[in-house]
Amino acid sequence: MKRITIEPVSRIEGHAKITIQLDDAGNVSDTRFQVTRVRGFEKFTEGRPFYEMPGITSRICGICPISHQLASSKACDAIMAVRIPKAAKLLREVVHCGQFVQSHALSFFYLSGPDLLLGMNADPETRNVAGLIEAKPELARAGIELRKFGLQVIESLAEERVHPSWIVPGGVKTPLQVVTRDHLLSGIPEAIETTMRALSLFKGKLDSFREEIENFGSAPTMYAGLVDRKGNLQLYDGELRFCDASGEVVQAGIPADDYAEFIGEATLTESYLKAPYYKPLGHPEGIYRVGPLGRINVSEACGTTLADAELQEFRQRFGRVPHSAFLYHYARLIEVLYALERMKVLLSEPEVLDTHVRATASVNAPEGVGIIEAPRGTLIHHYKVDENGAIVWVNLIVATGHNNYAIGKSVRQVTEHFVKGTHLEEGMLNRVSAVVRAYDPCLSCSTHALGAPAVSVSLLGPDGTLLDELRN
Amino acid sequence: MRKLRLATVWLDGCSGCHMSVLDLDAAIIPILRKVDIVYGPLVDAQEFPEDVDVTLVEGAVSSQADADNIQKIRQRTKTLVSLGDCAVTGNVAAMRNTVPVSKLLQRIYVEGSDSNKRLPGDGLPQLLKLARPAQDYVKVDYSVPGCPPQSKVISALLSGLVEGRKTETASKIKFG
Repeated sequence: MKRITIEPVSRIEGHAKITIQLDDAGNVSDTRFQVTRVRGFEKFTEGRPFYEMPGITSRICGICPISHQLASSKACDAIMAVRIPKAAKLLREVVHCGQFVQSHALSFFYLSGPDLLLGMNADPETRNVAGLIEAKPELARAGIELRKFGLQVIESLAEERVHPSWIVPGGVKTPLQVVTRDHLLSGIPEAIETTMRALSLFKGKLDSFREEIENFGSAPTMYAGLVDRKGNLQLYDGELRFCDASGEVVQAGIPADDYAEFIGEATLTESYLKAPYYKPLGHPEGIYRVGPLGRINVSEACGTTLADAELQEFRQRFGRVPHSAFLYHYARLIEVLYALERMKVLLSEPEVLDTHVRATASVNAPEGVGIIEAPRGTLIHHYKVDENGAIVWVNLIVATGHNNYAIGKSVRQVTEHFVKGTHLEEGMLNRVSAVVRAYDPCLSCSTHALGAPAVSVSLLGPDGTLLDELRN
Repeated sequence: MRKLRLATVWLDGCSGCHMSVLDLDAAIIPILRKVDIVYGPLVDAQEFPEDVDVTLVEGAVSSQADADNIQKIRQRTKTLVSLGDCAVTGNVAAMRNTVPVSKLLQRIYVEGSDSNKRLPGDGLPQLLKLARPAQDYVKVDYSVPGCPPQSKVISALLSGLVEGRKTETASKIKFG
């Protein structure tokens, strides 16, 4: 028996480790995907006033702090039992769209772009964002500008890019100014153009990734995500829906408060990241996936023109419910388009400029649940408080967590296909890391933790002797 | 001119400080002409290399693996920068310090689980009793607070280090 370790997995948002076990004939006998950090937000927030939760839980993740602030504030809205002003709801969704743009641009251009645009076998020394800037300066700059636009949406409303304190229980702190709205609207066309360019570049490369598309986590699973009343894509509000591997809706219209009837969490001995499952089927049969691919698989349509045209083409190419994790990249780009179009719709609503943007109340309910679609998938914050509003119990189910078990299975599939016996090549191990990157996991979020880089691989004999070693 | 060898590491933090580095936006392009990122979440290097000029450390030292890593990083780095409040003071990472580790793990993996209720641990780094700032373990050359530090402060620091001069950041910094 031989063992290969990839630790830490590079160009992902978090601390993870992959171990590959080979039998004597050099075939893969086992693989493990481990998340190696835990931070304990669910425990150490006990005793804090509930209204501090958006600020504290924002620090779970510096990439999608807005997601945590939104889910947290929605849980707090429920504890206060208020219906937030229309303008506040619109503005929360606007910054959420900004976040989708910046987070997805980070994944595509900074983290996975080097694999997709320079190649899986490119020199590991330059297979990174600096190498991409060197090789394709104009495209890289456009990607940087796209991420910047998403962040400017956040910054111009919330004043800061990372961990702002503008989203609050009951709404938002300050209203939108006309000049800000017009400035944001004027930036949307260029951002759309960059996204269309990235999409057409990516589609042009699909043929060269045929082997990855076939073998990157293509095992069928269920999917989950929020949808609106028509069953279309919804990021900020909506009802939770599960569909099976063929796309058949198995449970629709789940309100936030009822999530625990349908989602269970299993502890995995080898990982700090728990694995959620669809309760009616149990663990591990109830495996499901969330995030860009999960969302477009459960949704009937996006509901905006350009994104729907792309979605239609996507479905013509791969069918109504494709399973390959490689297609997360494709779905992510379609969602950027949706977020930009949706932002335009929201900013064009007359009520978006209303100055009443915050409802106030104290504790009116002993518990509250907030659910949103974060860039990486469904995010759930559930709090219980005492009569003074001090937190007594917290449960957080974070986007990447839902995909935990599926990522592990995808790693197994990619390893079996690409990693050959006793001779290691850097490119084949990069593919093992690349399938993890396809999910764009946010392991800082998921373990309420965070991480580091790199691939270190050694092939050990049954007695622990070093058979082969790979360094990049 | 030899390029500055820059490493970035990410211990117990949220990645927000790394995002603040990327928030230099296109201003990062001229910096990358003078800097090689030799290790960090953005590149594929596997082992923390020798002869690093500058390392930016985000996050607190929270697990045994962090404690081992920070020693190795210090030995191999000329100028060590604690980047952000968690690295400088412990900040949010240290909020767990009031709770015993066993109770924390029990709450998450046993009470907070519906299936296979037990503590994970197979091949995983052990949490230390306390999450603490980098300076409790090693000598730190620069402390840049902020949650996260503003990108203009990071930019000023990096530009100074590239030019080999001692940089004054105190007038620009803020906690929180």
